[in-house]
Amino acid sequence: MTTVAVKPATMAQALTRALRDAMAADPAVHVMGEDVGTLGGVFRVTDGLAKEFGETRCTDTPLAEAGILGTAVGMAMYGLRPVVEMQFDAFAYPAFEQLISHVSRMRNRTRGRMPLPITVRVPYGGGIGGVEHHSDSSEAYYMATPGLHVVTPATVADAYGLLRRAIASDDPVVFLEPKRLYWSKDTWNPEQPTDVEPIGRAVVRRTGRSATLITYGPSVPVCLEAAEAAQAEGWDLEVVDLRSLVPFDDDTVCASVRRTGRAVVVHESGGFGGPGGEIAARVTERCFHHLEAPVLRVAGFDIPYPPPMLERHHLPGVDRILDAVARLQWEAEG
Amino acid sequence: MTVMEQRGAYRPAPPPAWQPRTDPAPLLPDERPYRVLGTEAAAKADPELLRRLYAQLVRGRRYNAQATALTKQGRLAVYPSSTGQEACEVAAALALEERDWLFPSYRDTLAVIARGVDPVEALTLLRGDWHTGYDPYAHRVAPLSTPLATQLPHAVGLAHAARLKGDDVVALAMVGDGGTSEGDFHEALNFAAVWQAPVVFLVQNNGFAISVPLAKQTAAPSLAHKAVGYGVPGRLVDGNDAAAVHEVLTDAVRHAREGGGPTLVEAVTYRIDAHTNADDATRYRGDTEIDAWRDHDPVLLLERELTDRGLLDEDTVRRAREDAETMAADLRARMNRDPELDPMHLFDQVYAETTSQLREQRALLRAELAAERQDQEGGAR
Repeated sequence: MTTVAVKPATMAQALTRALRDAMAADPAVHVMGEDVGTLGGVFRVTDGLAKEFGETRCTDTPLAEAGILGTAVGMAMYGLRPVVEMQFDAFAYPAFEQLISHVSRMRNRTRGRMPLPITVRVPYGGGIGGVEHHSDSSEAYYMATPGLHVVTPATVADAYGLLRRAIASDDPVVFLEPKRLYWSKDTWNPEQPTDVEPIGRAVVRRTGRSATLITYGPSVPVCLEAAEAAQAEGWDLEVVDLRSLVPFDDDTVCASVRRTGRAVVVHESGGFGGPGGEIAARVTERCFHHLEAPVLRVAGFDIPYPPPMLERHHLPGVDRILDAVARLQWEAEG
Repeated sequence: MTVMEQRGAYRPAPPPAWQPRTDPAPLLPDERPYRVLGTEAAAKADPELLRRLYAQLVRGRRYNAQATALTKQGRLAVYPSSTGQEACEVAAALALEERDWLFPSYRDTLAVIARGVDPVEALTLLRGDWHTGYDPYAHRVAPLSTPLATQLPHAVGLAHAARLKGDDVVALAMVGDGGTSEGDFHEALNFAAVWQAPVVFLVQNNGFAISVPLAKQTAAPSLAHKAVGYGVPGRLVDGNDAAAVHEVLTDAVRHAREGGGPTLVEAVTYRIDAHTNADDATRYRGDTEIDAWRDHDPVLLLERELTDRGLLDEDTVRRAREDAETMAADLRARMNRDPELDPMHLFDQVYAETTSQLREQRALLRAELAAERQDQEGGAR
């Protein structure tokens, strides 16, 4: 029996491959954004696409996010499948009006006659030493807008599979790419990329019996590390990677919490008004009689994203997660 | 040679002198709004086209009156009237071929119906039974856009996509004077110019953004001049002269179709009615101003031209009025019937596939409706 040597690939490479395969499979797929053509994107995710497919399929646009998304709306109206790159999380804000007033609601407004199959790729989150406006976790804004799917991968294989799913979706998808995982590596065979489940399915990354860590995107590896460290304390933690914030996979999350009886939600986004509040409420409403302790949140502080030399104090780390786990009323029964 | 002179000799050459990339002169609009009616140019206008425009203006005027009446009767939640602006509305629709696309703003229901959309379907947004009542693909009319200028980049993207696919399609996007202050106006003009997209931007400068007059909106020489900064030709036209607006827009559409890129047309007109029925225009303008514009009324101007040239017989006038009355009677009759509403449709088409969260909420509403029905039946017993 021969085994194919599978080299480690980065998440960025998997994303590039997903774009390339999507463009090869469907001539309607157009990539557009700032610096995505000749340069290949500031994170090189669109590297080589303009060369392979031409500049009309992978287009350097003027520097104007509302214009990029607004013209993508018109292109989608005419049957194209635009994949838009917002260069950084905080640079996507000028496009909010297009996203909220048109992209999210065009299908509903027109009773399904004018769906907009647009993928909006947004590099997000901190941990890369970025200066101001380069490290925001903006997912709560997108989650609060009906009509959008909000998807974020945490592994190399998911990055490929979920982006292919997002581009193939007939609905608009905000595809949040965890910047600090762009260079994370995993064994992954680009010649045989595996499909993932449809958008909206969470996955249990690590099984455990003591408590569930509910997380997504850049916080998944942190939670897995925390789970390993927790073993020394005698806790066997389960880690659920949501993969999709909208639609939300209540079934997978609640099945896990019902098994473990305890839950902590972990994300970089601020806690107040952040995704964790919604998740904690959903879990409490559905699993109240299985819970041994209140659902806790470990989140970024409710502050503007800090300067890079201080960001490590802001980002949820292993210690802060374990401290939260310790507060899950282990001694309270009796 | 002094040291300074020596240094001067070694001074690096200055960068090449700046040259404009485009000669701005051909892009500049006329000093005065272009006119046809009452000028020598009118002799060249096709009488059949003028009569067609006239019939559409009469119909449009009647439509505005009927829709305004329907708000007073509570049949429309709100109506932003285009009375006084019918020439722009009608000419925009008539300048396009069937395969072209119209991108209207919320005041442009008249252009939408002139393009062939059913008037009742065009008014569902303002009646409030659904946002977009018509199929945008049936007559190639984008949904009426309420957020100002946001429809302009859509028009650019659609025109760009059509050209990429090799289709001979032009998009005409409508916006008001206030809308030209929005960022999306700027971004749309810029994208259209860079991509040389086959788009025509029609700015209806009706003097007011609700209550704010143009003087507080811009310091530009004219709104048409804004085009020049993007490398786009700007045209200034009398927006109450239906023949002139039609000619300028037809030229711009042809130019775009032939690969010449976008044009910005500013049509100078006046909003005779208040912003909507909910507005009180007496707070910001006087009757003398309105009366002056009534003398420059689009229907009147065209009627005068046709009459002076003996092109308007009684029969044509009677037929135009009858046609308008038939349209109004039909609109009245159909708008006076309560629309059929099904609250369960609220959850349709939010996503291609309904999420489990929305299924739960739909079940909740269904139970509420069942309880409501039960209460009503119980009360009736």
